[in-house]
Amino acid sequence: MSKPVIATTSLAGCFGCHMSFLDIDDRLLDLIELVEFNKSPIDDIKTFTKDCDIGLIEGGCCNTENIHLLKEFRKRCKILVSFGECAIMGGLPAMRNDISVKECLEEAYLSGPSTVNEDKILPNDEELPMILDRVYPCHEIVKMDYHLPGCPPTADMIWIVLHALILDVDIELPYEVIKYD
Amino acid sequence: MEKKVTFTIDNKECTATAGSFIVDAARKNGIYIPTLCNYDGVKPAGSCRVCTVKVNKRHLTACTTPVAEGMEIEVDTAELNDLRNAVVELLFTEGNHYCPACEKSGDCELQALAYRFQIMAPRFPFQFNERDIDASHPKIYHDHNRCILCKRCIRAVKDKDGKSIFEFNNRAKEVRIKLDDKLGETLSDELALKAMEVCPVGSILVKEIGFKTPIGKRKFDRIPIGTQETTEQLSHKEEHHE
Ligand code: SF4
Ligand code: SF4
Ligand code: FES
Repeated sequence: MSKPVIATTSLAGCFGCHMSFLDIDDRLLDLIELVEFNKSPIDDIKTFTKDCDIGLIEGGCCNTENIHLLKEFRKRCKILVSFGECAIMGGLPAMRNDISVKECLEEAYLSGPSTVNEDKILPNDEELPMILDRVYPCHEIVKMDYHLPGCPPTADMIWIVLHALILDVDIELPYEVIKYD
Repeated sequence: MEKKVTFTIDNKECTATAGSFIVDAARKNGIYIPTLCNYDGVKPAGSCRVCTVKVNKRHLTACTTPVAEGMEIEVDTAELNDLRNAVVELLFTEGNHYCPACEKSGDCELQALAYRFQIMAPRFPFQFNERDIDASHPKIYHDHNRCILCKRCIRAVKDKDGKSIFEFNNRAKEVRIKLDDKLGETLSDELALKAMEVCPVGSILVKEIGFKTPIGKRKFDRIPIGTQETTEQLSHKEEHHE
C-alpha cells in the first residue's frame, strides 16, 4: 500500500507554524517513515504532482493569490487542516480588518514615517495579487476539516493530530498542548 | 444553626446551606460549574451565561440562583456543555482576541475556559468590530477589543467610600468601560493592580509590567481553570486583597 501524502503551504502567515512543525524534532524521522510529502516548502515541491491525503494550511487569506492557492489545496487534499491562529482567525495580519484598504495602502506606501516614494505610486503591476478588503480565516473561504490553534501550534499538538490522522484513529489531546499563544 | 437543604446535581445527592448560590453549593460538594463574570465575594451579576445549568428542566444561571430543597440540577450534560462552548465562542468572535499579542494570555479566564473545553475554533463568524485602546491614564490602559462587559471591575473595585471607580459609558453596541473621571485621577497603585486582577480578560492592564511571568508559569499553562489548584489560587489571592 502506498503511504499517505501530505502537502503544506503558508498563505498570510510568517512560517512560524512550519517552524513549529519542524520542532517535532526526531519524530520527523518517524513521520518520514509513515508519509510522503508533495507540494510543500519543506521539500520545495512547487506544484502538486498528485492528489494528497492531508493538507496543512498556515496563514489566512489576505490577497487573491492566497484564495487561489487555498482553493487548489481544497481540490487536491482529502483532509484540510487550519494550522495556527492566522489560518483560524486571520491572526496578526487581521489587525487591519477594521481599517479600510485605502488607509492601509496609504500608510504603507505614501504617508508612513519611514516611506520614501517620490512618485507616489501604489503597487499596481498586474503580476501582483490584489489585496483583499480584509483578511479572511481559511474556513470562511473553503471548508476546513480540522483546526489547530496556537501561535504557533505546539509541536506536540501537531504531532499528535498528524499521527492520529495518518493512522485514522481518534485524536486525544492532553490539556497542555492546546494554547492560543 | 444554618439551615441545610438537599438537592441533586447530575443525580448525585448534595447538601448545602439554604440560600447559597448553586455555583458555591456545587463547589462545596466537589462539583465545578464553569463561571466567568462571577467573582468570589462580590454580588453576582449573571451577565455572561457561562454558568447556565438546568434546574428542574429550566435553564437558569447558577451564579445567581440560590439552592432550594429538592432541586434537580443538571450541569455536565452534552446539551449544556455545548451551550457553554457556544457562549465562550460568541465572546471570542464578538471582540477581537489576538491572544498571541495579549499580556493576559495564560492568565486569562476566557481563554482558560476555551482551553478547558478544548475549543479549536469558534463556530461563529468573526465580527472584527471596531474597538479602540484607551491608554490615556498614567497607570492603566483599557483594551476595549478584549472587554467582555462582565462588570467585574465595576462591582469589585471601589474606593474607600465604597464608590465604583469604573463605569459603563454609552449604550448597546457602543458600551465601553471607563474610569470615573474624578476617582480615576487618584487611582492608587494597589487599586490599579486589583483592577487588573479582577478583570477576567486582558481589558484592564497595568502599564509597564506586561509579560512578567514566563510561559509555563502562568496560571492556566498547566492546570485547567476550575480544578482544585486554580480555584485555591484564585480564592487565596482574594484573601490577600481584602
Ligand atoms: S483577553 Fe484572553 S482571550 Fe482575549 S486576547 Fe487576551 S488572552 Fe486571548
Ligand atoms: S474591563 Fe474587564 S472586568 Fe471590566 S467589564 Fe470589561 S472584561 Fe469585565
Ligand atoms: S458566571 Fe453566572 S452568568 Fe456569568
